[in-house]
Amino acid sequence: MLSLIWKRLITVIPVLFAVITITFLMVHSAPGGPFDADRVVSPDILIQLNERYNLDAPLWEQYFSYLGNVLQGDFGPSFRYPGRSVTELIFTGLPVTFELAVYSIIFAVFIGVFAGVIASLRPNTWVDYLPMSAAMAGICIPSIILGPSLSLIFGIWLGWFPVAGWEDLPGDKVLPVITLGTAYAAYCARLTRGGMLEVLGQDYIRTARAKGLSESRVVIVHALRGGLIPVIAFLGPAIAGLLAGSFVVETIFGIPGLGRFYVQAAFNRDYTMILGTSIFFSALIVSFNLLADLVAAAFNPKLREGIYNE
Amino acid sequence: MIKKYFYFLLVCFFISCEQSITPVETAIEDKILYLGNGTEPQDLDPHIVTGVPEHNIIIALLEGLMIANPQGGAPLPGVAESWDVSSDGKVYIFKIKDQALWSNGDEVTAADFVFSWKRILTPSLGAQYADMLYILKNAEPFNKGKIKDFSQVGVRAVDAKTLRVELNNPTPYFLNLLTHYSSYPVHRPTIEKFGEIDTRGSEWTREENFIGNGPFILKEWQLNKVLIVKKNTNYWNSNIVDLNEIHFFPIDDVSREDRMYRSGYLHLAYSTPQEKIETYRTKYPDHLRIEPYFGTYYYRVNTLKKPFNDPLVRKALSLAINRDDIVNKVMKGGQSIAFSFTPPDKKGYFPNTQLDFDPQLAKNLLREAGFSKGKFPIVELLYNTSEGHQKVAQAIQQMWKLNLGIDVELVNVDWKVYLSRELSGDFTISRAGWIGDYPDPNSFLDMMVTGRGNNKTGWSNPEYDNLVKLAASAKSTNERFKLFREAESILVNELPVIPIYTYTRVYMLHPDVKGWYPNILDTHPYQFIRLEK
Repeated sequence: MLSLIWKRLITVIPVLFAVITITFLMVHSAPGGPFDADRVVSPDILIQLNERYNLDAPLWEQYFSYLGNVLQGDFGPSFRYPGRSVTELIFTGLPVTFELAVYSIIFAVFIGVFAGVIASLRPNTWVDYLPMSAAMAGICIPSIILGPSLSLIFGIWLGWFPVAGWEDLPGDKVLPVITLGTAYAAYCARLTRGGMLEVLGQDYIRTARAKGLSESRVVIVHALRGGLIPVIAFLGPAIAGLLAGSFVVETIFGIPGLGRFYVQAAFNRDYTMILGTSIFFSALIVSFNLLADLVAAAFNPKLREGIYNE
Repeated sequence: MIKKYFYFLLVCFFISCEQSITPVETAIEDKILYLGNGTEPQDLDPHIVTGVPEHNIIIALLEGLMIANPQGGAPLPGVAESWDVSSDGKVYIFKIKDQALWSNGDEVTAADFVFSWKRILTPSLGAQYADMLYILKNAEPFNKGKIKDFSQVGVRAVDAKTLRVELNNPTPYFLNLLTHYSSYPVHRPTIEKFGEIDTRGSEWTREENFIGNGPFILKEWQLNKVLIVKKNTNYWNSNIVDLNEIHFFPIDDVSREDRMYRSGYLHLAYSTPQEKIETYRTKYPDHLRIEPYFGTYYYRVNTLKKPFNDPLVRKALSLAINRDDIVNKVMKGGQSIAFSFTPPDKKGYFPNTQLDFDPQLAKNLLREAGFSKGKFPIVELLYNTSEGHQKVAQAIQQMWKLNLGIDVELVNVDWKVYLSRELSGDFTISRAGWIGDYPDPNSFLDMMVTGRGNNKTGWSNPEYDNLVKLAASAKSTNERFKLFREAESILVNELPVIPIYTYTRVYMLHPDVKGWYPNILDTHPYQFIRLEK
């Protein structure tokens, strides 16, 4: 198992190297610079600013200098926030984004698995159609529509939950978590239903029922373990997706997460911040995919054999 | 059984979601003001920042020699107790208040101002607003590195509480300029504790380090979340400060800000969605504020490109714009049509120019310029992403097509691309806006002088340059305004910039906020604000 992890980790290096190189070239080729402002900066001052941030050096020199700093764990200073380093900004936003992702995945798994199991027990009846239709709607409605709609109904009209903020007021996590988690809950529901239907038709379930076990025991103890494998496989990419894709929800609800820094950095041409967050998100996505493979293998002996034989 | 559980859960849900009291409702008791403040501040260093969100915070934390008058008009004394002006209007002697203290108890001295102005003018700091102080004798050559000795710059401390300032010319708006944060003092020992005089972005602006002399001190700064300031008991005029705290929320999404305001989390929504202005006018008339603003929305023409190098063409384009329709049917935010580049200020300068809507004359002028119908090249109209800019561009596209037969291609780009294309002259016509830094026509007219960075049109007129230059050394306000009016006439006749409308500030303000007056610079010193039913 350890050698497998080691092998996978080695493959991360070229991926991150490619991310750094491509992102570096893209940010530097984008029109508009970090110091372009409505009120024109005088050429003398621009020279001083470029010198200060090493932007006056040839591009290849900037690239290798950046690469060298990254290898030492230094992502450089932010251009947008003069007194802050990129590392500091990443660690300011990351815990919030992570918390939002964790709550959303818990919400998604809880709601999704529950709905999927219920649907699979009475296939092709209204008990199946209802949650599956809701799941289809959940997949189709983008968070940019869902978030403001929830805010309008539950925040402004009913006044039940705050429409923005994070950890300031009771209940301020409810709407963002639902907004971010709904699509993933919908996927979980459909995957669970599919997985459960497959398992429930197998011989060992029939045997369990024939032995006179209660339906709840058959479902929870025997069927669920196998039925959840597709969901578990989905969790890794889902968490990675939640972490990387939370910026829309962070913007809608004013959550001070990493996603907002990422989006602002792109608009502000904050080169070091764009690069730093890109590298960080890439590393996270690769790590969670690896983690998902390992967890899936732990649940599924067949898969485990396959991975060992890789 | 399932039904029973369902109803039980439903009841629990409703109980747990019981409507809570909003921050705005409890604010009067706590005396906390909740403000939407656009984007996250770049920094809190008055010599580094350039934006309005930063300005809104810095006026709470620091104070200059003068304070902006919350009701407009002449500025009020800040840390300056009094001042004398020499007969030629070039030398100011300021006495600094004995009670003026830094938040750590240190006295505010004349040396603090000398240090601070030296700091912003130090070339290696790269301060983008250094040119605000170019009116000081030798400030410009010092900032451009042409002279190295700061003692030659027109500012010195006569003694601990006396500051002598020498200007290049008599400058009637000098006191107004001192309300701008670029002239604010910073606490020298704190700056030097965290770096050199030219260190950008040192940690002196962090909440644990910040030493200010304003009515509030920095309590908490959580990036992208909130910045909190609390009352400064060392402030010389702390008796009149009613608020205990101000919470500045960095809200760059207009819709979210609107939702936050409507659900009781803000006293002030910095901007209001354009499409809701009409509704709010009837639904929340005591919340919606539409006030004059010292800014002009205009179209910038690249006069180095043919056929826009011909003033007849530019004039034809201007005459074919129905500004009334743009203001009343497109913008609908109380804006007024522009008839000059400088917005008229009822208390001061009032230009005597006119920008008419006359399609027939426009056609004639275009013909005179050599363009009969259908011969004019396709015009590229550049604007940055914004619903408002798009609507105006579409309306003008229609007007030019209908009235002149000109085809216009709309080019929508992101903010930085827009800036970069304008700066490099890679545009034909672009949308633009300018808000005055201080309440004087110079803030607008100086921009169009030959070679000024913000001109961007390539336009040059020696007569215009001369009039603006003469105005700088005029002996009286009447004479200055006369010269400015002449310059304005040249501008409106040649139209390198085509003014469209004069801005208004449209925002939502809770009626419990008192002492918040309309003023053309939209500056609201917080020491005069209170919360009351």
